[in-house]
Amino acid sequence: MAKKKQSKQKKMDTRVNFTPMVDMMMLLITFFMLCTTLSKPQAMQLTMPSNDENMTKEDKSVTKASYTITLYLGADDKIYYVEGLPEYENPECMKETTWGKDGVRKLLIEHITEDGFSPVAKVMMAKKKLDEEKAKLGDKFTKEEYDKRLSDIRNGKNVDGEEIQTLTVIIKPMDVSTYDNMVQALDEMLVCSIGKYVIDKVNEDDEKLLTLKNIKFTND
Amino acid sequence: MGKIKIEKKDIWIDMTPMSDVMTLLLCFFMLTSTFLTPEPIKVNTPSSVSEVKVPENDVLNILVSPEGNIYVGSENKNTMLEMMQTVTDKFGVSITGEKLKHFREDAMIGAPMAVFESYYALDQEKMAEEIQKLSIPLDSIDGGKSEFQEWVTAAREANPDIRLAIKSDAKTSYKVIKKMMSELQDMNENRYQLITNLDTKKQAEI
Repeated sequence: MAKKKQSKQKKMDTRVNFTPMVDMMMLLITFFMLCTTLSKPQAMQLTMPSNDENMTKEDKSVTKASYTITLYLGADDKIYYVEGLPEYENPECMKETTWGKDGVRKLLIEHITEDGFSPVAKVMMAKKKLDEEKAKLGDKFTKEEYDKRLSDIRNGKNVDGEEIQTLTVIIKPMDVSTYDNMVQALDEMLVCSIGKYVIDKVNEDDEKLLTLKNIKFTND
Repeated sequence: MGKIKIEKKDIWIDMTPMSDVMTLLLCFFMLTSTFLTPEPIKVNTPSSVSEVKVPENDVLNILVSPEGNIYVGSENKNTMLEMMQTVTDKFGVSITGEKLKHFREDAMIGAPMAVFESYYALDQEKMAEEIQKLSIPLDSIDGGKSEFQEWVTAAREANPDIRLAIKSDAKTSYKVIKKMMSELQDMNENRYQLITNLDTKKQAEI
């Protein structure tokens, strides 16, 4: 009996208290969560025309009048547009629209040119087809090829196998508008796959037209 | 007399699985994190559907506050130092010793040349307060380059591959942006990255 008692080993409690460790981990995690940016910010590429006079003139002469839309961005998120070339004596040519799907986007998509079709709708259709093709092929469709074809479509070089003239949009933000307005306008260009757009300054003729329309364009 | 014994229950909870999970989470955060660079002012960028990522290196950040104050900075401290050297030499300002230390610790440059030295001579807490009122001037000096243009030129000299990223508040007046962009265009800097937030709602609409 006594022998048996001696051989019995004492069981040690091997449990370790993890609570302080968990506490510390929590603190560290909170620290990292607060100090990090999980998602990198997005950026929008913008290429402005050079201030060189000769270049802009060349670009302007190419486009037909009905292939042009001028957007005027005003105060309080207002947006005005002129289809075709602005008639500076006639305030009726300038109309007001709104931001978003049913306003400016609809306007751009439904704009019919003198050749009787809507270039934006055509381009968007072609882009949709390209996206479908990409979804079908998956990884086989390389990014380079996609980018190349997308840029061709945007520039009207290969829209369903034919070459079309695309819409040119001139964005003219007034001094009273905000940076957000400009970015939203550029965003619409992305959504509508418009390859040709330019941000221009409001010139004297525009100012005359805006005065005729009773639109405030400066703060002074 | 039999006492009623209340049986003591062992309230030990096994923390091991929890600490396992925590370690995993911690590793994840430590590996994926890139630290926020402190900015002198908080800006709310506008949203867009663009999904292009901002490159990590060779970027000159141009920050525009809602009031129209302009700051420049780069993630690369060497570029910043070189820029500072070039510009201060031009304006006959010298930043040494304690001021240089303060410059190194500051994320972005916002002080005009007139107060450049006195700004870096301030205490660090004062600096953070003071910089919110300062801005790099866009006004041209005697018909020549503005201070802002000098900074961008210096950045281009320090790193020829540098890209310009404009980060501006949505509420900033276009007047300031126009002036700044036109100054950049005058220097033949025509490509920018406009930093935006991803607008998932709008993206779903397309």
